[in-house]
Amino acid sequence: MNMTITVNGASHQLDVPDNELLVDLLRERLRLTGTHVGCDTSQCGACTVHLDGRAVKSCSLFAAQADGGSVTTIEGIGTPGDLHPMQRAFRECHGLQCGFCTPGMIMRAIDLVARSDGLDGGAVRDGLEGNLCRCTGYHNIVHAVLKGQELMGGNDE
Amino acid sequence: MSEGTGIGASVKRREDVRFLTGSGTYTDDLNQPGQTYGVFLRSPHARARIGAIDASEALALDGVLAVYTGQDSAADGLGDLPCGWLVKSKDGSDMVSAPRPPLAVTQVNYVGEPYGLVVGETLAAAQQGAELVMTDFTELNPVVDPASAADSETIHEGLDSNVVYDWGLGDEEATDAALAGAAHVTQLDLSNNRLIPNAIEPRAAIGVYEAASGDYTLYATTQNPHLERLVLAAFVQVAPEHKLRVVAPDVGGGFGSKIFIYPEETIVLWAAGKLGRPIKWTAHRYESFLADAHGRDHITHAQLGLDRDGRFVALKVSTTANIGAYLSTFGSSVPTFLYGTLLAGQYKTPNIYVETLGVYTNTCPVDAYRGAGRPEATFVVERMVETAARELGRDPAELRRLNMIQPEDFPYETPVALVYDTGDYEASLDKALELADYGGFEARRRESAAAGKRRGVGFACYIEACGIAPSQLAISLGAGVGLYESGEIRINPTGSVSVFTGAHSHGQGHETTFAQVVSDKLGIPFDDIEIVHGDSGRMEFGLGTYGSRSLAVGGSALIVAADKIIAKGKKIAAHMMETTDDNVDFEDGTFSSGNQQATIQEVAFASYVPADYPEDLEPGLSEKAFYDPKNFTYPAGTHIAEVEVDEETGEVDLVSFVAVDDFGEIINPMIVDGQVHGGLAQGAGQALMEHGRYDDYGQLQTGSYMDYCMPRADDLPDFVVDTTVTACTHNPLGVKGCGEAGAIGSPAAIINAISDALDGHNIAMPATSEQVWRALGGK
Ligand code: FES
Ligand code: FES
Repeated sequence: MNMTITVNGASHQLDVPDNELLVDLLRERLRLTGTHVGCDTSQCGACTVHLDGRAVKSCSLFAAQADGGSVTTIEGIGTPGDLHPMQRAFRECHGLQCGFCTPGMIMRAIDLVARSDGLDGGAVRDGLEGNLCRCTGYHNIVHAVLKGQELMGGNDE
Repeated sequence: MSEGTGIGASVKRREDVRFLTGSGTYTDDLNQPGQTYGVFLRSPHARARIGAIDASEALALDGVLAVYTGQDSAADGLGDLPCGWLVKSKDGSDMVSAPRPPLAVTQVNYVGEPYGLVVGETLAAAQQGAELVMTDFTELNPVVDPASAADSETIHEGLDSNVVYDWGLGDEEATDAALAGAAHVTQLDLSNNRLIPNAIEPRAAIGVYEAASGDYTLYATTQNPHLERLVLAAFVQVAPEHKLRVVAPDVGGGFGSKIFIYPEETIVLWAAGKLGRPIKWTAHRYESFLADAHGRDHITHAQLGLDRDGRFVALKVSTTANIGAYLSTFGSSVPTFLYGTLLAGQYKTPNIYVETLGVYTNTCPVDAYRGAGRPEATFVVERMVETAARELGRDPAELRRLNMIQPEDFPYETPVALVYDTGDYEASLDKALELADYGGFEARRRESAAAGKRRGVGFACYIEACGIAPSQLAISLGAGVGLYESGEIRINPTGSVSVFTGAHSHGQGHETTFAQVVSDKLGIPFDDIEIVHGDSGRMEFGLGTYGSRSLAVGGSALIVAADKIIAKGKKIAAHMMETTDDNVDFEDGTFSSGNQQATIQEVAFASYVPADYPEDLEPGLSEKAFYDPKNFTYPAGTHIAEVEVDEETGEVDLVSFVAVDDFGEIINPMIVDGQVHGGLAQGAGQALMEHGRYDDYGQLQTGSYMDYCMPRADDLPDFVVDTTVTACTHNPLGVKGCGEAGAIGSPAAIINAISDALDGHNIAMPATSEQVWRALGGK
């Protein structure tokens, strides 16, 4: 089908098969490989992106479902020279090791903070429940999200 | 904590920026010109004879390029996948190796075993093609239960039984005699649950062959690219070593599972040569569950004898280890030399005997997973000690203290073949007791009871042997390779530094810590130092990263190389200063003699522009070193877990966890803490929720995140971690390694805590709420 999608601010007119997943559109078609695939049952969260401002698992949506929508991926929130506050916080707090879960964690965390009026550690842990990390034991991720919340100083996105 | 970028500073990681911005390059992020896609044909049966394979329909499909089977790879002369460690049975006979062809030829032996590869122009075409391949299987009876495997039908044709080896270590007679004379003997039946590693990045590989040059390149998710190259060249004979380059780009976690030489990487590379086009394969998560080597899976009976004072007099351990369907790369060593040798723990037990019966079953091969043998050993020792303390009415911390090896006892030779070089076990115990507020536990227990909860506390005083390993010792015990590490330091003409290491980082942060080490040693700014790893085409050799060895062995190699740089630099500086090199000092990046000085950058420049230069000296300032460790390193520590158990539901809440570890000197405390956190989470997963289960037919019941329960953020507490330091005595950095400790100590500590809450019940892992509820009498 023909579809229009805005990704990280750039608009694309694409002809995609009906069964193409959003994550494949991003990774394979647009070569935005920062969004990762860690599972085949929608349970790891490595593929998390924002669709119209909400965190979604891009492996569990067809590309067609994002027709007319606006997607932000990890590549769209900051650059090496100008990191998003949440990216900065993950670095500050050593909230990543192998980095594979990291883009999904950060996209989820930004949404989590944006949608709350002040999270404590427990709320962060509950909020990250859909994202698996095998490296960090979550300890530093939780601290990073709290720090990111502080740096974001409210709604920053 | 020291400031700056030297040793001891929590330098923020330089690799983070690419990972945080989505610019990391993992294997699946790479594409090659003309790339095709591979999908493996996998056995749906636990044990079956392979009959006719009809690929005609698949090959007729548009976009399907080729179907390769085990017949094809065998006909092409592809060798079997070897096991790299020869273990001998008690009677001196060699272990029994069942041949493991990279694609099964006549018989499949576990669900998920690959027996063919379908290659397509697109992934979709390859997938559709794979569905159209018709294979005649004749099902055979599978053997799934390790406990009865030795007496069951032999699963491999041509072998006498399912016994791989019957291994033993220690003095059995003396141990039996000491047990017979003991005032008290504690006995337990224990099991160590099968785990599925689950790095979040699934395995992936791209095979590339260039016909014009005959060069092969394998991009793969591997922890040890050089070892992969060596095995593929020497044993499997896909390509000669000098025509094969193995690249491990960014790798998304390993935990052991990416050490091994697997069928998939091998076949993708071989098939790329056949097809003449690159082939890419990326595992689906279900393939990771079915076919990444699993971990643990032991059944153990143990006896601990104590004298009237509570001193341990003997430990006897008998273990059945599930090897799986084949011997994986290091599968033989994990339940023997990496396990039995650790059974002394931190204690002066004078008599120890351990025997391990390794058995084949129709399940995925079992190999090293974070800790590899040492968590299993710690679980045995620490469950035994905790249970003995309960039976004797002794405080578990004090019974441990009574039996601990003391600082003055080092070097301490255990009855199970190791010589511990140094440690201060009471120091970690005391610090952990304080951080856990052990004195306040009874009050907390009463508070919990008032709220209808049972509270328990549990200890694990673990030891591990890391920095694997002194080559001669390892080879004398059956290892097929040396376990040294290589490193190269190139001071470039402009004074910046390129460092090449055979160690590999897949999350550990070597690009940061190794730069700290070199910066500290050579007095060159951290930002001028680049660490290169993971490419057999760029560095000379390497054994890779596992067994918490990178810094202790790979870091030490860099120190040796740096010493050579300094020695050569002194000669150059001496020439510049018109003196002899023994009159030249080196400190903080500056060579000096009397009041003359030259920076290392100036000396480097002089070495590349040798206008006025020592006659007999080669130009350039670049040095290589291989470092072979003299002994293992022995990290040790005390972990204390506290749990609350809900009597109604059996649910366990891990309320607090304290880990005090002695890793020797520490380069980057931030990274070390992170390593411990990650290990603790994996250990908590083992203790509380993870279990790789097969049904009686050999079907994996836990093949996705729906039914294999991984710890999530809301399952875990914040951890309290701290360290004590006794420096390793035999490597130049004084370091011991920190990658596995968390996973080694925590299962025992958590299970001891739950057992405490359940009045000593011998609860099995994983202690799910159902298990605990049943232990509480629920029906
Ligand atoms: S890839 Fe695992 S949730 Fe999307
Ligand atoms: S950092 Fe490796 S999975 Fe999270």
